This record gives sequence, C-alpha cells and structure tokens, in this order.
Amino acid sequence: MTTFFFFYLSLVSIISGILTIALRNPVHCGLALLTLLLHVAGFFILLNSEFLAMVQIIVYAGAILVLYLFVLMLLNLKTEERVFHQRTAMISFVTASIGGIFLMVLLRSPFASLSGNATQEAIGFVGHTKAIGITIFNDFLLQFEIIAVFLLGAIIGAIVLAKTPLTQQNDSSDKT
Amino acid sequence: MIPLSYYVAVATTLFVIGLVGVLIRRNFIIVFMSIEVMLNAANINLVAFASYFDALDGQIAAIFVIAIAAGEAAIGLAIIIVVFRRKIATNVDQLNLLKW
Repeated sequence: MTTFFFFYLSLVSIISGILTIALRNPVHCGLALLTLLLHVAGFFILLNSEFLAMVQIIVYAGAILVLYLFVLMLLNLKTEERVFHQRTAMISFVTASIGGIFLMVLLRSPFASLSGNATQEAIGFVGHTKAIGITIFNDFLLQFEIIAVFLLGAIIGAIVLAKTPLTQQNDSSDKT
Repeated sequence: MIPLSYYVAVATTLFVIGLVGVLIRRNFIIVFMSIEVMLNAANINLVAFASYFDALDGQIAAIFVIAIAAGEAAIGLAIIIVVFRRKIATNVDQLNLLKW
C-alpha cells in the first residue's frame, strides 16, 4: 500500500512539476503548482510527519499560492507568443545531464548515519505536533526568533516596495 | 519500506525540473513558481532523511524553509509589482540594469 502511494505521489508530482514550467498560460501553471504542493504534502504524510503536511497545505497551498494567483490576476499578464528562452533545448539538455549525473551518484550512496532518539514510538507517544513544538522551543529557539524577525522584515519590505509613491498618487488625483 | 534512495531520486528530479524552469521561462511569476518547486524538492529530502534517521531536526528545518519561502514570495512579488507599475520590463530578459 505504501509502495503504491509512493509511486502514485512521485509520478503525479513529477508530471505536475513539468507542467508547472511547460504550460503557456500562467494561471494553468499556478494550478499545476497547486497539484505539486498537495502531493508533496502526501509525501510528508507517507513519511510520518503529519504536522508538516498540514503546514504545507495551509501555508504553501493556502497562503503562498493564493498570493501568486492574486498577483497574476492583478498584473493581467498576457500569454506571449515567445514564452521560453531562445536556447531552451540547449539549457534543458545541459541541466538534465548534470541532474542525471547527480542522480546516478545519489542512487549509489548508501546513506548510512547514526539514528537519533525520535523514533516512531517516541513521537507517537506524545503526538507529532507536541514533539515538534518541544524541539522547536528547546533546541531551535534562536532560529525560531530569527525567523520571526525575518518575517517582520519581509512584511515591512513588501509594504514599502508595493506602496504607491506619493508623487504618483498626486499625479493621478490631478488628472481625475 | 521504501528505500531512502527513492525519495532522494524524486527530490533530485523535482529540483532539476525547477532549475530548468528558472533558466528557460521568461515570465517573472513562473520563474518564482519554479523556485517554489526547487524549495519543495529540498523539503522532501529534509523530511525523508529526518524520518529515516529518527531525528526531528530535519522536519524543523523544513518548517523554516516554508517560512523563508513565504517571506521570499512576498518580497519577490512586491518587486514584480513595482517593475510592472514603472513599466521597467515585461519579462526577465529585459531586466538588465544590474547586468555586468
């Protein structure tokens, strides 16, 4: 059962990833990206991290993707006749061959490592959300605070960048 | 139990797809979407390794990656809106102000 779901999820996520970069209409690309994000959430459930799957659906599919679609709607981008770069075939070939070499090397690696103490039983005993919370507020507190400051900076930066300049506002009010 | 290499293979494929998308597309927003594809590939890797080696650190890192992606999307889309409003460019090739 797990094997079936793994192959289903990997097939659909790779196909929707290709569609994300290959479709002509930007809105269709956004919808393909939504499919990809939901299937990545499926991967997280398969890997026994259900809190992360919910975060993926709520934050990625719910917030970030809606932001993208809003900007698409706001800008009203036309589908151009030349969507791709001039040397698309060459770039794709070179990148795919480099990726193939990486894939070959990665598939041969044994990936052996020491195991931690957060086994399935230990996590299942307290619940995944609580285990994540205890780790994040004990071992990763500084990183958590840095992320908080980063998000504050991102909010302020986005407002400052996207604000209509004062002179432009006056110009438009004069015309009307 | 699925071998860890399979997850790494899927993540590598998705990463290459995102990289190709960043390089070949001319539309701003789709370049940003390709970056999201690459970040998701990295997240699959982080969570797969965390799950197979019984450590929570990788999952915490994945949460941080999601937070960074949210901030990056907000700032990037604000820059795109400014570029469009000032009519500086309509696709990525035309943005060459900082080109060496």
